[in-house]
Order: sequence, then C-alpha cells, then structure tokens
Amino acid sequence: MDRLVPGGARLSARVPIRPYGDKPGDGAVQLSFTLPVTASARAVEAAKRYVAQMGLREPYVALTQSIAPGFTFFVVYGRATHEVDLAGIAAEEAPATELDREQIDAEIARRFARRLVVLGCALESDAHTVGLDAIFNMKGFAGDYGLERYHGFDARNLGAQIPVSDLVRRVRETKADAVLVSATVTQNEIHIRHLTDFVDMLEAERLRDDVVLIAGGARVDHALAKELGYDAGFGPGTTASRVAAFLLEEISRRRGIAGSAP
Amino acid sequence: MSPKLGLPADRIARCRHLAREVADGVRARTEAFTTASTERAVLRLLGVDGVDEDEVPIPNRVVDSLAAAGRLSRGAAVWMGSALARGAAGASEAAAALRDHAGAASVAEHPRWREAVAPLVESGLERIRRNRAEREARLAAHPLDEHPLLYAIVATGNIYQDTVQAEAAARAGAQCVAVIRSTAQSLLDHVPYGATTSGFGGTFATQENFRLMRAALDRLEPELDRYVRLVNYCSGLCMPEIAAMGALERLDMMLNDALYGIIFRDINPLRTLIDQNFSRRINAAAGVVINTGEDNYLTTADAVEQAPAVLASQFINERLALDAGLESWQIGLGHAFEIDPTLEDGLLFEIAQAQAAREIFPDAPLKYMPPTKHMTGNVFQGYQQNALFVLTSIATGQSIHLLGMLTEALHTPFLHDRWLAIDQARTIRSNARHLADEIEFSPDGRIVRRAREVLAGAESILERIAATGLFEALSQGVFADTRRSIDGGRGYDGVLRRDPSYANPFLETWTASSPAVRA
Repeated sequence: MDRLVPGGARLSARVPIRPYGDKPGDGAVQLSFTLPVTASARAVEAAKRYVAQMGLREPYVALTQSIAPGFTFFVVYGRATHEVDLAGIAAEEAPATELDREQIDAEIARRFARRLVVLGCALESDAHTVGLDAIFNMKGFAGDYGLERYHGFDARNLGAQIPVSDLVRRVRETKADAVLVSATVTQNEIHIRHLTDFVDMLEAERLRDDVVLIAGGARVDHALAKELGYDAGFGPGTTASRVAAFLLEEISRRRGIAGSAP
Repeated sequence: MSPKLGLPADRIARCRHLAREVADGVRARTEAFTTASTERAVLRLLGVDGVDEDEVPIPNRVVDSLAAAGRLSRGAAVWMGSALARGAAGASEAAAALRDHAGAASVAEHPRWREAVAPLVESGLERIRRNRAEREARLAAHPLDEHPLLYAIVATGNIYQDTVQAEAAARAGAQCVAVIRSTAQSLLDHVPYGATTSGFGGTFATQENFRLMRAALDRLEPELDRYVRLVNYCSGLCMPEIAAMGALERLDMMLNDALYGIIFRDINPLRTLIDQNFSRRINAAAGVVINTGEDNYLTTADAVEQAPAVLASQFINERLALDAGLESWQIGLGHAFEIDPTLEDGLLFEIAQAQAAREIFPDAPLKYMPPTKHMTGNVFQGYQQNALFVLTSIATGQSIHLLGMLTEALHTPFLHDRWLAIDQARTIRSNARHLADEIEFSPDGRIVRRAREVLAGAESILERIAATGLFEALSQGVFADTRRSIDGGRGYDGVLRRDPSYANPFLETWTASSPAVRA
C-alpha cells in the first residue's frame, strides 16, 4: 500500500501503533512484578524508576504490597512512548482451511481411500496431557470433537512421558502419517530439547520426510515450531478441527495427492 | 455439617458394600506377593540408607542382589537379621554383607534372625512413633487451624530455593506446603539420594530434601504460632519407600492414591496395589493424612461426565485405605473444580459434587483441587475461576484446599502468583466464614438432582467393577478410558511371589496393632 506524500515522492505507508487505554495513542500500559526489596517509600521509588527505564512515562504505582520479608509486589501503570510499525510485520500462522469434521472425513476418504495414522504424546519427563487430550479425545474441546472422533484418522494418543526413542519406533511400526507432540513448559527450557531430540532422531533414521510433525502447547507458536524443524505449531485455544484440516492438506502435499478443487 | 442433599442412605451403603467386595478381591489377588519397592522400604525402615560409588542406593543394591540370588521372596528382613546374627554390627554392615551377588547368595538363614533384627525394627518403629507424637504435641501447642487448610505448592527444582518459597508461602498464610516432585520421578525405580538442586518441573523427593524442608518449616513455627504441614508425593514405582522416608522425617501429608500410578503412569496394576498397601500401612502408623488423586480423572476428560467415576474411585480408595489401617481422619479423598466455566449452571454441578463428597465421607479430610483444565493463560479469567473455587470450597466445608494459580498453564508460579492465591483464599474464607451454615438446597432443585444422579452413576460403575473384579475392570478401561492389563506396565518385574515363610516384621506389627477397620 503506497501513498503520495506532498512533493510527489512515493513512500511505503507506515502504520504506527501504540497501546490504547481510553484514547488513541495514549500508550497506556499495566505491569505487575516483584522487586527483591522490603516495602518502603524507597521501594516505591525504585519501582517507578525501573518502569521509567523501560521507556514508560508518568509511572503510577497503583499497588505496593509486601508479599514476603524482602519482597514487594507492584502493580504499575505508565504511558509507552514508542510505536511499532504494523506495516512492517508479517507473522506466520499455521495455514489451515476452513473445513468441518464431515468435510475433512470425506476429503480423506476421497484422496487417500484409507485412514491416516496420527500419533500424539508428550515426551520424556513431560507428564502433562491436558492439551493433547483436548485435541485427541472424542469429546474434544470447546464443542469441537477430537481426532478420535474422525473416521479419517486412526488417532492414537500415546499419553505422557513417552521416551523419544519409543516414539521413533512407533512411527516406524505404525507407518505414521503424522505425529503431534505436546510440549509443556517446565524449567530450563527442557521442552525444546526433547522436541529437537525427536526431530534429530527421525532424521538419523531417515523417517523425517515420511511424517508430518506438529508441536503444540501453551507456549508453542508456529514460528517456534518451524524453527525447531516441525511443520507447524499450534498454541493455546487451538481446536482439533483446525489441526485436522492442516493434517489433511499437509499429508496430501507430502504424498503428492492433489487437494480438492478450490 | 448436617446433610442437606437428602442422598439415599441405602444407596451409599450399597456403594460401600460394593467397594468392600472390590477391595476383598484385590486382597485375594495380591496378598501372596511382595515387591522390590516394598522390600526396599523395609530396608529403609531398618536404617539402611546411602548410595554406592555409582550413586545406586544401597537398598536397591541389596534387594537386587537378594532377588538375583533367589532369596528375596523370604523378605529382606530375614537376610538382614541373618547377617546381624552372624556378627554384622548394625544396619550398614548387614547391608554391606548383602549388597553384592556373592554376599547375598552365600548368607545362610540364621535360626535367630528375628531376634537379631528386632532392635532395628524397634528403632524404626520408635522413630515413627516419636515423630507422630511430636507432630501431635506441636499441633496442640497452637490455636486450632482454620479450615479449609490452604495448601501451596513449591516447585523450583532446587531444595534451597524451595525453602525460600515455602517460607514466603507459609508467612503469607499457607498451612500446608507441598514440594512437587521432578516430573520423571514417579517412573524411577529408585529414590535419589541427598540434597538436590536441579529437577524438571519440581524437586526430587529425597530423604535429605525432606529433612531440609521439615527443618525450614519448623523454624517458622514460633513466629507464626502455628505448625506448617509438609506434603510430598507417595506415588509411582517407589510408593512404600517414599512413605518410609516421610515417616522417618515427619512429613504430615502424602499424595497416596491406590490407582493413580496404574492409570496415569502405566505402572503395573499388581505392583501398584501391593505397594499402595504397604505404603498406606506406613502412613497409617506415622499418623500421616493421605491425599487421593481423583482430580486426575477430571483433568483428562470431561468433568461433568466423569463425576460418577470420581465418586466410585473415592469409595474404592476409602475401602483400600481402611484395609491398610488408615483411619477416616487420615483419608483425604480427592476431587477437583474442573467444569468448563462456559457451561450454564456448571457452578451448580461443582457445588453438587463437593457437597455430595462432604456428606458421603463426613469424617474424611477432603482434598479439593483447583481448576487447571480450563485455565487458558488469561490470568484475569483464571483469578475469577479461582475465586469461585474458593467460594465453593467454603460453602461445602472442604478440608484441604489446594490453591489455584492465576498463571496456571503459563509457568511454574512466581512468588507473587502464590501470594495472590493465598490472599484471595484468606479473604474469601473470612468474608464468607459461615456461609455453609446458612445454605439449604431446594429439595428437588438442580443441585440435589445432580448429586443423586452422580451417586447413582457411581453405584453402577461399582457394580460393574465388583462383577469382574478390579483387575479385569482395569483391563477393560473402567477409569479414564485407559486399559491396563494385570501383567502389563512398568515395574512388573519387581513383583514376586512370597515364599510361604515370608516375613516382614513391620507389616506384621502394624497388621496386629491396627487391623483393618471393618465398618
């Protein structure tokens, strides 16, 4: 989108934005954090200055709460002065078509004439399965049925704490079309290591190209998943049908099967 | 609290009868066996501790050597006693004689092994009795605790950081502090040793970590004028050993479910049901309050549909706990506030479930778990959900209230996340102090109807389990749609048939002193 500026030169249109509180451009921001200091007038001043150094004008300390000896919790409001240019931002989202369950099942039957094998699990020390279950279980999530409900998928939820080597073995044994790995954030970014271990081992076993890999979890997004060598990443609030639609298209692409007519 | 739901007493009695049948079936299938972890717990109670040059715990070395020599089926105590009778100077020396294959294979049974091991048995029993008496004295020295008890979790991975966080939580008002374990620990077939400073999503349960946290909480007692209860996780492959360590270090509560490991950790059913019995025997003697894990059925499936399964599991957990010598005041049956917040009247269903649990198990210190499944990272909605959870807890007279974190699903709690949760719970607990006394339910209203429906559902699940026996029912996926076969899962290789002359002096003592309560 270009526009003509006085003088006749063509410039790229900038779309500068700032947080909105109650009027455009006011930059209203709310922060909460703890400082390792005892609550006092000095602590409040420290919180103000800290926020000012973050680039916020008029820092206003709304709450100063001693929460433990030597620790004070603050809620601070301020006005951000900087802007971000929306025009220069391209954020990637995992592509997915808007198909419902019946349509996806019909498309799988038409294109593949078999059920697609989808494995799901959480790796190694990760014991959390809430997100994984929301995508797999019959019941699904937010009124959207899980993958087990689809005729087109042979969906196998392997559960939590699956060793990377076991998962690779299952991929080989089941000739899986896709694997969904659920990663829950724990300390030390351990989830990232397990995610990459899995990709590395698939590559070592020459299985990587045969399988569509998806990562999911509360702090997973598409960009992170791509960076780690996955085909897509899905964050919180993702429904099973969105994942299913992505699987349909990506597995079709892998297997060189033409998609449906537009 | 007087009953308000008008639940049919005959149906509750029928559920208890069915649970008894189920538990009798479990005993018949398990009583001829022991496990590696049970025998390691016996060794720990006898005073065997420490690790070898490869960091393998000495109890594992001894049990593995005895098993390889074909001797474990008599019970580890027999061989410890025999080594002592032949001149070993104490637990460490006796264990040293048995810790390699040659030693374990060559030790001969001594006719006076029982006499020789008796002082070590008595010293273990005495330490447990002393700890129990000390807890009771400490509790009695302060004003009565307000209920529900506020239960906070710390999980830094580093025991020294955990104590900092635990002290902060206790000062803010937490009455129970649980040190959540490193997530992989339930699948370890040994207990790590010593103070630990790194873990994944939690801190390893070790006896030294227990001791450090116990000491930190005891130091706060004079300042706070109350005793802060310490909680850990007695589940997984080392259930009885963790119970033993907790009894030796004066832990006050233990997560200790009969079925959790089977269903959610794929641990062998026989192994788990044998281990749960001995671990509960230890907890019973130690005066520990156990917490069961029915909340897990709700986090993995729909909370409205799973409500009857929760109640059925509570009946079974109660019966198995009573059979292991626990008294009703020690059986903290679990459940959770996990219904989808967008569901119309969902809060009424939560109230129905919580009130029903209160009325059906009037003497149990019910453990109420916070919302996790529908926590999305929207911290504002999360805080609102937690407020409803606290209010329900108070309105229905729950006993142990696990604090919900507004940042659930985002990260392990920050210092101020925990403070906000404690402050919220204390405010509502005070602000709605006598709410439960004022509430009556409409006799044919939604809450009463829902509670009856859940009870009827639980009864039919129990009928189904009683008809086939628990092991068969587990293999058919009766809980959480998860199928577990009697010879599958982790840790089956640690199950072995007892020799007819098997001996376990601790089990014998406790079975004699507190036979199962046959209600």
